[in-house]
Amino acid sequence: MVKLRTLYEKIWDAHVVERRPDGTCLIYIDRHLVHEVTSPQAFEGLRLAGRKVRRPDLTLAVPDHNLPTTPRRDADGHRIPIADPESAQQLAALERNAPEFGVRLIGDADVEQGIVHVVGPEQGFTLPGTTLVCGDSHTSSHGALGALAFGIGTSEVEHVLATQTLLLKQSKTMEVVVEGKLGFGVTPKDVALAICGHIGTAGGTGYVMEYRGSVFRDMSIEGRLTVANMSIEAGARSGLFAPDETTFAYLKDRPMAPKGADWDAAVAWWRTLVTDEGAQFDKTVVIDAADIVPTVTWGTSPEDVVAVTGVVPDPESFEDASKRAAAQKSLDYMGLTAGQKLADVAIEHIFIGSCTNSRIEDLRAAAALLDGRHIASGIKHAMVVPGSGLVKRQAEAEGLDRIFTDAGFEWREPGCSACLGMNPDKVPAGERCASTSNRNFMGRQGPGARTHLVSPAMAAAAAITGRLTDVRELLKKEEGIAQ
Amino acid sequence: MDKLTTVEGKAYPFGMKNVDTDIIIPSHWLKTISRNGMGRGAFEVLRKEPGNVFDDPAYADSPILIAGDNFGCGSSREHAAWALGDLGIRVVIAPSFSDIFSSNAFKNGILTVVLPQEAIDRLMEVAQTDQIHVDLEQQTVTTQFQDRFSFEIDPFRKHCLLGGLDEIGLTLGDADGIGVYEAKVAQDRPWMIPAVA
Repeated sequence: MVKLRTLYEKIWDAHVVERRPDGTCLIYIDRHLVHEVTSPQAFEGLRLAGRKVRRPDLTLAVPDHNLPTTPRRDADGHRIPIADPESAQQLAALERNAPEFGVRLIGDADVEQGIVHVVGPEQGFTLPGTTLVCGDSHTSSHGALGALAFGIGTSEVEHVLATQTLLLKQSKTMEVVVEGKLGFGVTPKDVALAICGHIGTAGGTGYVMEYRGSVFRDMSIEGRLTVANMSIEAGARSGLFAPDETTFAYLKDRPMAPKGADWDAAVAWWRTLVTDEGAQFDKTVVIDAADIVPTVTWGTSPEDVVAVTGVVPDPESFEDASKRAAAQKSLDYMGLTAGQKLADVAIEHIFIGSCTNSRIEDLRAAAALLDGRHIASGIKHAMVVPGSGLVKRQAEAEGLDRIFTDAGFEWREPGCSACLGMNPDKVPAGERCASTSNRNFMGRQGPGARTHLVSPAMAAAAAITGRLTDVRELLKKEEGIAQ
Repeated sequence: MDKLTTVEGKAYPFGMKNVDTDIIIPSHWLKTISRNGMGRGAFEVLRKEPGNVFDDPAYADSPILIAGDNFGCGSSREHAAWALGDLGIRVVIAPSFSDIFSSNAFKNGILTVVLPQEAIDRLMEVAQTDQIHVDLEQQTVTTQFQDRFSFEIDPFRKHCLLGGLDEIGLTLGDADGIGVYEAKVAQDRPWMIPAVA
């Protein structure tokens, strides 16, 4: 009898080069995305050892973390120098290393440039059933297309460059099931935040997740990318969606996707990549779609979630003593008090962007609310950073850029930007940002910056009112629904 | 990776407990592009203190570092191992290490030796004036005063360090297996190679 296998086990089995007696496997890596922060020392290691990149054709380099989101070329097409010498140096290293090792580079002035986790799917570089790695923890994003994708460290980047493999131990499996229909005004970001809140930031450690149930089946690829992206915030290095018709429709005719007879052969194989009926997961988490509401974070961990209609929790309400202490520390950092209504929290900065929420659907959702409206007077700075040059171009073709700029937002060039502030885009100390990014860690958006994670629609709603806002109130007004 | 068989020389009598990787190399060094030269950032904050062991000419270029409990805790940054290596350190001796630091050190050809606190105290004393001898083959730390301390090490790590074998070198030793896998995929799933746009 054939063993019943989960999707993860099928992809794993298809990539075993060698199985060691202790259970460790040498796993083949089909796709390697490289950016400027975690790759310089890996390329240097190759150079010192006189090694080559084994499969430059499976490797794609894109700068994203350090790039300024202000214009990169002047009117004459000349490069505008990057102010931070260390950022400039990391970017220059990638531009030197990629050609030296024969790796394709999408450069800072190419329209295809963007955040690696936006570019991979968009170019069709990310495919179902592939193993995909990158020196960045949000590599989990690519699981949205059914790729087994995870972040790695610099020594591992070098190992993959040199050997196209990694020595790995198989993970445990967890299914995350959300059945039903999402309520009015509830988005994939709210689902991702709800999962973080439910599982906790360490709950997925040691597991590969598979997202199952009607909510995920009905979700667009953009929505799935948002959910898979935040798998790592629940501790799981990877989160998978079984490839389906939505996946195939998204990938067809993408520049780097298979074409013609190859496409047909690929789809035929991809259709086999589903968890067998009756296959066992090591853990199952079930969430009712009806329980998911528009969500915000109140603390400094992605698991610190609460309904936007709710209040800041009382640290004393946590059972665990260490959690009580952590919650109090979070509240002190965030400048919030227990019992305070989230809807009363004033916001000074709005950031719409990051590998979590910078794709065209995200921008459409925010623009839909901002159309004909303006940011509140208390908002000091509001910014949209599209995930890639192609997202930016598409948004401009749809006139979204005008909606944003008319509303008082800045319309920027693509990159990681204020998600982690390695470039000049930072939130000042003590100021509060409604952000569509993935981490509300202390100091993440800049030293002392206070981050509330929200969906793109909720970020737009906060921009309009100047405080954290239940997006459903604005949507109802828009649709003329009586309150 | 350089082979490591025996290391003999002066040792920094450091001894500090709970040294986290932020102490070994502060975060602003993460924006660099080279593993080399990171020694300049090693223990940057401690080196601002007068009389620190790292700037004491008596211990200049020591290949051995003697530290306290829980060395290398905190952030997983591999830069900590790079910084020590760049400082010329091949062996760190302490009562315990964080797992991640140990693994990163090993990947960069640095031996971590676990010895009980009494042994550490004695070695700290010897290091003030005399050299220390580490023999990986024999798994011993000795001094000219008849001190002899034995240590344990994972056999795979020992094998790699003695042979100067890095993980990449070992995997490449299996290049035939990788080639066989690639040939099979080229046949079964030829569409796996990204189309050239």
